[in-house]
Amino acid sequence: MDRVRVATVWLGGCSGCHMSFLDLDEFLIDLAGMVDIVYSPIVDIKEFPENVDVTLVEGAVANEDNLEAIRAVRERTRILISFGDCAVTGNVTAMRNPFGDPASILQQVYVEAATIQGRVPDEEGIVPRLLPSVKPVHEVVPVDVFLPGCPPPAPRIRAALEQLLSTGHVTLEGRDIKFG
Amino acid sequence: MAVRTLTIDGKPVSALEEQTVLDAARDAGIEIPTLCHLDGATDVGACRLCLVEVVGTNRLLPACVTRVAEGMQVVTTSERLREYRRMILELLFAERNHVCSVCVANGHCELQDLAIAQGMDHVRFDYLFPKHLVDVSHPRFGVDHNRCVLCTRCVRVCDEIEGAHTWDVAGRGSRATVITDMNVPWGSATSCTSCGKCVQACPTGAIFRRGSTVAEMDRDRTRLDFIVTAREKKQWIG
Repeated sequence: MDRVRVATVWLGGCSGCHMSFLDLDEFLIDLAGMVDIVYSPIVDIKEFPENVDVTLVEGAVANEDNLEAIRAVRERTRILISFGDCAVTGNVTAMRNPFGDPASILQQVYVEAATIQGRVPDEEGIVPRLLPSVKPVHEVVPVDVFLPGCPPPAPRIRAALEQLLSTGHVTLEGRDIKFG
Repeated sequence: MAVRTLTIDGKPVSALEEQTVLDAARDAGIEIPTLCHLDGATDVGACRLCLVEVVGTNRLLPACVTRVAEGMQVVTTSERLREYRRMILELLFAERNHVCSVCVANGHCELQDLAIAQGMDHVRFDYLFPKHLVDVSHPRFGVDHNRCVLCTRCVRVCDEIEGAHTWDVAGRGSRATVITDMNVPWGSATSCTSCGKCVQACPTGAIFRRGSTVAEMDRDRTRLDFIVTAREKKQWIG
């Protein structure tokens, strides 16, 4: 059988889910024997590749870059996993939503709350524009597996990956679906 | 006190006529999920988590406010009930801003526990993200309306156990909120005795002790049970 092509993606999140992924410790060596990591913020590949078997998506869809990325990821991925609470619920990333439109939030954060050189960062092509509201991944594209947690503890990530690699399915239950 | 005989999940059960289906089920060791129910306070059937099927009616009935009846056949677990319970929980999560990861009650939350028990790994409805405030005007406690599920446990313990009736509900539908006195900041509510019964009663992180940080807000329900039991048994009289 061909080696499983795995990707990890980092959208609007704090990277805590990726840190938890690294907490898999020596299982990472076993994993490296079974899969090829074809794209990730922790490897130096710029373009999301075609024909990916499994993609773990950390973070919510918060800006135009995230939106473009998740659409490409969904198109090129067989099994999409919402990886952590930001991807599953919006979580902390979505806590801006009740405060209104992005322009007024940026003004509050970068100008009114600034003690020096208050200015909204708006470099075209460099700073992606915020979406009107932050959304969990499954509100934007279909998601196959939900792996909640902030971050999901390493044993939970391992359980999901082991199930997926051995059976092709993931069924998490009990405390393994706890948010937070 | 007349006795009624009924079946719950096929098991023959006898109960006193004034008992509810929830009480009868619990006495028989059958667990029905609840959220707004609180031992010692009046039941109001607000959350609908305890819905059960009763043979002979198409409607689902809340077990906490449905009296037992002779020959009643109750079903507490079915695919239909499981789907409705999960849907109720998803709607509760979608309606306010429940961010477990930064909640004082994370790990000690009845809403979180129910979501786990009902297999809720995500919410299928669009989140509403309403704008709700946090009131920390009280010197000892705070209320975060983002985490309120409108179970009205605080309203009932304050009225029925403490006798102060500081809490109430204002507004309608998804705009409803719990209020203190005539909708004044909690710290200005002159009827509040600062007893903390509402803090013990709240199932989520909505009412908390000030100074609690993420996952620190644990509750001790035995304090409420102690008072309720003592009153029922008149332990403080004579």
